[in-house]
Amino acid sequence: MTSATWRKAKSAVFVGFCGLSIAVALVPLAFIFFFVVSEGVQALNLDFFTQMPKPVGEAGGGMANAIVGTLLIVGLGAVFAIPTGIMSGVYLSEYAGTRLSSTVRFAADTLNGVPSIVIGVFVYTIAVLPVKQFSALAGGLALGIMMIPIIARTTEELLLLVPGSMREGSLALGATRAQATFSVVLPAALPGILTGVVLALARIAGETAPLLFTSFNNRFFNTTLTQPMASLTVTVFTYAISPYEDWHRQAWAGALVLVAIVFICSLLARVATRRLERMRGR
Amino acid sequence: MKRRGQGDLGFRLTTGVFAVLVVAIVIGIGAVLISESWLSIQKFGLGFWQTTTWDPVAGDFGALPFIWGTLYSSILALLIATPVALGIAVFIAELCPASLRMPLVFLTELLAAIPSIVYGLWGIFVLVPAVRQLEIWTPEALKQIPLFTGPPLGVGMLAAGLILAIMITPFTSSVAREVLKSVPVEQREAAYALGATRFEAIKAALYYARTGIVGAVMLGFGRALGETMAVTMVIGNAPRISASLFAPQYSMAAVIANEFTEADTALYLDALVEIGLVLFAITLFVNILSRVLIWSMKTSFKAASSPALTPAEPEAAA
Repeated sequence: MTSATWRKAKSAVFVGFCGLSIAVALVPLAFIFFFVVSEGVQALNLDFFTQMPKPVGEAGGGMANAIVGTLLIVGLGAVFAIPTGIMSGVYLSEYAGTRLSSTVRFAADTLNGVPSIVIGVFVYTIAVLPVKQFSALAGGLALGIMMIPIIARTTEELLLLVPGSMREGSLALGATRAQATFSVVLPAALPGILTGVVLALARIAGETAPLLFTSFNNRFFNTTLTQPMASLTVTVFTYAISPYEDWHRQAWAGALVLVAIVFICSLLARVATRRLERMRGR
Repeated sequence: MKRRGQGDLGFRLTTGVFAVLVVAIVIGIGAVLISESWLSIQKFGLGFWQTTTWDPVAGDFGALPFIWGTLYSSILALLIATPVALGIAVFIAELCPASLRMPLVFLTELLAAIPSIVYGLWGIFVLVPAVRQLEIWTPEALKQIPLFTGPPLGVGMLAAGLILAIMITPFTSSVAREVLKSVPVEQREAAYALGATRFEAIKAALYYARTGIVGAVMLGFGRALGETMAVTMVIGNAPRISASLFAPQYSMAAVIANEFTEADTALYLDALVEIGLVLFAITLFVNILSRVLIWSMKTSFKAASSPALTPAEPEAAA
């Protein structure tokens, strides 16, 4: 074999390997989707959304309390995280060169990499231990802490994309820096920031570990924020490791709902981003 | 003029307070974890990380099995995921037709978006039975090797490593893709001009970007170290040290998830918080290292591609 054909063969093998890697990664994705959809659809019905969990041994029932719980806890997380995230994102882009901003950027990236279970431990010690009470508020705080770095960095990136001439124009008309930011620059970047927030919400709605010992779990319907509250993810976890066949079916249904939330949000965000890009290109 | 200056100061202060809050949270996590694990730190000292007994009833806590399990499962995941993730990155960045690029990026990102609890559920009911079957099929001769000893349970290190590998692949591949994208086109064109095959040209690009590639791999490693739910559901939750892929073991994140609400004594709770503290420290170190690597590579590229100096072999900080 000449060296040229040997080199070409080696190259072909390499290209083949790379193509194969894609297949290797997409097979689990297809597998997960297949099982979540096929198992989940069997257990998913109107009762799942409207009924409370039935006692062990009784068939049927749903996760109405957990669905409401997830909405409330994620909503609380958003209340904590959106103002903090957007305001620090504004600081990062407006005062990009300062020492504080590089510290904050570093802290945000660090926070993003902190394991979610550690966030759970942290919030447990500051918000559960002192009052000796698991609560939806603590759960929301944990999810909020996880969202802050995502929203801050998204906001910063999108603000930096806004043409400098817009900011300069409004400053030239006599606006203060605050006015220029909040009435010109931020609105221009808002659609993108909202997309980022939606993606962050979707990601955070699927978190389990930070809720295990903050919002804990609840077999009953509860909307009191200072009480333990059920969430879809923790309920799916409890059901999945239980020995009951019927609970396993419901866990799959819960998983299907979670995957559907994530999938729909990603798709919406993708469509929105594409529309934004087209607008910018015009 | 005066009014405007004050307005700017107020603006800077308001946004600054929120920005400082982000820093305060990170410092707060470290400080709270240290103060809440103080009982355990004082009582066991470094011995905590060198002993293997985990007996909450007797009040005897040694965390070596958890560190072992976390490192073993994460390194296993790294070994499986790295070649695949780099293959994906190269395929998307260098080989595939432009029309395929967006859909492939979307699909691999979807893999990253699936909640970890869903991976865990799938792991329990689909992956674990499959692994058990594989363990049953493993020939007896092979089971004499320490790597494959133990009864075929399904749950254990292999299942944990596999599920972690699936979960970190999209992270590593998307960072590696970004890194490859930042390699100057001239680098590849030069290789092709010299008659290089595709493989040789890409190898040159990969070598050129090696610092960033290592950073991408480290970032995946950091994800694997801290992953909780999926691992908890398939690793078997047995606090012991075994070299066997088939043996049920435990991880740092999993023991916190399982036992935190059961901790009935102050010492027990503090021991668990100390595990959390060390998990925090390790992931912090790995993440910082990976970011420094990626960042140093990008800045060295910027320096290299400035028209003033175009060295043949830029010094990528190794």
